[in-house]
Amino acid sequence: MKQILTGNEAAAIAAKLARVKVISAYPITPQTTIVEKLAEFIANGEFDAEYIKVESEHSAMSACIGAAATGVRTYTATSSQGLMLMSEMLFVAAGLRLPIVMANVNRSLSAPLSIWCDQQDSMAVRDSGWVQLFCENNQEILDTSLQAFRVAEELLLPVMVCYDGYILSHTAEPVEVPEQAEVDGFIPPYNYPSPLDPEKPVTIGPVGVPEYYEETRYMLQRATRASQERIIKIGKEFKKRFGRGYGLIERYHSDDADIIMLTMGSLSSSVKDIVDRYRKRGEKIGLVQVRSFRPFPVGELIDALGHAKVVTILEKDISLGSAGGLFLDTAASFINVEPAPLMLNFICGLAGRDISPLQIREVVREAAKAADTGKVKHAVRWLGLREKLVGLEK
Amino acid sequence: MKLKPGAKITEPGSAEKYETGSWRAFKPVVDAGKCTGCGICWLYCPEPAIAKGKPARIDYRYCKGCGICAHECPFKAITMVEEERK
Repeated sequence: MKQILTGNEAAAIAAKLARVKVISAYPITPQTTIVEKLAEFIANGEFDAEYIKVESEHSAMSACIGAAATGVRTYTATSSQGLMLMSEMLFVAAGLRLPIVMANVNRSLSAPLSIWCDQQDSMAVRDSGWVQLFCENNQEILDTSLQAFRVAEELLLPVMVCYDGYILSHTAEPVEVPEQAEVDGFIPPYNYPSPLDPEKPVTIGPVGVPEYYEETRYMLQRATRASQERIIKIGKEFKKRFGRGYGLIERYHSDDADIIMLTMGSLSSSVKDIVDRYRKRGEKIGLVQVRSFRPFPVGELIDALGHAKVVTILEKDISLGSAGGLFLDTAASFINVEPAPLMLNFICGLAGRDISPLQIREVVREAAKAADTGKVKHAVRWLGLREKLVGLEK
Repeated sequence: MKLKPGAKITEPGSAEKYETGSWRAFKPVVDAGKCTGCGICWLYCPEPAIAKGKPARIDYRYCKGCGICAHECPFKAITMVEEERK
């Protein structure tokens, strides 16, 4: 049935449809309305789950870890500072191979204090061993969340469903909500191997002495890399059942494009609109959207971008002292690959700053310049930087 | 032995399989002439890597070389000597 839902409502409904058994969360803007909605479902008796109230996000993730280890389906949600506070436990959840699903509603990081959207928060924990899936719209939030439980439980990996704060979290769109029976057919009852059970004791989280630690890291890396195929396979099954399918990346007019813009999240919609306008004029401009940032789809990106003259990576994050995280991984994907496209990195839209169609056209113009000259002088640029404020303008 | 995801241990007795003797820099040596078999070393050994008896026997597969036995022995029957390895 089609409903008008905010992104956060779509996420909460997905958790309910997945028959999550334990939720432990701490409110933080702009995620709060997810856990409010879930609390409301439980209070109204519409949803049979344990809701554990905690005093911080560190405790929220700790409670999820404990619950997941007992063998129940576990869910939480956070944003920004909350994700930072739980970061210690994120690594533990992944290291223990606990299939927790979490929504991370992307928001900038302090300081300066900001509640608005960018993707610095999830980027800061990209190395934690969590799968990170990004959504373009509210339908994708619901669909990706449902698929996240399958990915998590089949590979024993925690999965973070990331989407842009406010732009999606608080904006209502029509969303097709599947029936409970349809979801039950897609997500089987949770069957976690060797859970915590007094009748059959297990040791969870032993000391990883030098003789064993490296191997556990290798196994985690192998599982996250292998999750690529599983994400594709589960996506195909989802499409068969529900009619909507998503892969690791989305290609939009990119197969014959000379200039390709690479994005993650809701920005993709704005860029698609600009791509359409260029295409109407017959210009070979395209978009590739990364949906799975972890695992990073190296092979698919080489295939999708390799023919382009210039790839511009637009992203709402910055690995301070280096460049944008999406740019870094994309550039690394082309190591030892010939020929490789020129790459331009545009840091943009930090802390909710709008990215205008005019600015996206500016990106295309810069890319065209690079394509003509075959050279890139400055690979990392800040789109829409107010130069006067930082003393760059004479 | 194959590691399980997350290094989870599902069978008991794993501590026994992990021989911590390789950690040792000094090893305790019991002087059988001085040992009275009182069992103080056995009581204090945190591992446990000592079998009670006269003389007490050290299990070098597990002894980490902490030296508590030598420190506690009332008869100074245990000395710590530097471990030699290839």
